[in-house]
Amino acid sequence: MALNPDFIGRTYPSSQPYLVGREKIREFASAICDFNPVYHDLAAAQELGYPDLVAPPTFAFTFVFASSTVVIMDPDLGLDYTKVVHGEESFVYSRPVVAGDELVVTNTIENIRAAAGNDMITVKSSVSTTSGELVVVTTMVIVARGTDSQ
Amino acid sequence: MTTTLKYADVEVGTKLPALTVPIQRLTLIKYAGASGDFNIIHWNERFATSVGLPNVIAHGMFTMASAIRVVTDWVGDPGAVVEYGVRFTRPVPVPDDGVGALLEISGEVTELLDARRVRVTLTAASAGQTVLGKAQAVVQLA
Repeated sequence: MALNPDFIGRTYPSSQPYLVGREKIREFASAICDFNPVYHDLAAAQELGYPDLVAPPTFAFTFVFASSTVVIMDPDLGLDYTKVVHGEESFVYSRPVVAGDELVVTNTIENIRAAAGNDMITVKSSVSTTSGELVVVTTMVIVARGTDSQ
Repeated sequence: MTTTLKYADVEVGTKLPALTVPIQRLTLIKYAGASGDFNIIHWNERFATSVGLPNVIAHGMFTMASAIRVVTDWVGDPGAVVEYGVRFTRPVPVPDDGVGALLEISGEVTELLDARRVRVTLTAASAGQTVLGKAQAVVQLA
């Protein structure tokens, strides 16, 4: 059964604040084999004018994806998580994420459309500090395979 | 944002230094731990092949994170990346054969934009096949 297009435009309650940790940034940067000093060395980050270690461009996806389970697991939406693959991802930054940021994520279903027997769902996630400063907006397209043929 | 790379010094066609990223099973396990993405297809060959994949596959977000390194290595300051997006077009199988996979990434300036920004188009390939589509970044230069 195709997903219900009535969910387009639905915004879910914001996530609990995610505190960006210095060691988490170092761990993530090491895991992507990226040893740019601004991800590891506080003095190098400060030299570029940042208050603390800078997170690599895709770091935000880690906690954005965790927050998006509110959409993916929404029983009313009826997505079969075992059939979901990641189709597209994009980021539009106001500034880089830095250690010490306390960030909340607000997820909105931007679009649902059927293509070639699959459902494609676009989830837009706004990431802001707890004081309301917009940091990054991410857009994820997830593909639910074969939902039309069920 | 502090980069010393000048808008006036680049043109459409300027190539960024290419990067080759070796991926082994350990790479995927580290990325799973660091990112919190423990999807079984990224570490269990028995499961991955049972759902029709050729082998354990790399996290798409690992490939995405690797591809933008061509840009951040070029500009130095990752804050110069103002937009970044990709499509995941093909999986990157990572066999447990002591070699793993190689991800080959290149980038080229494809458009000069306003406000001293440029569009960079990235190519990511493994085993001779592209694995990302529409991989583009908008980069703020000095």
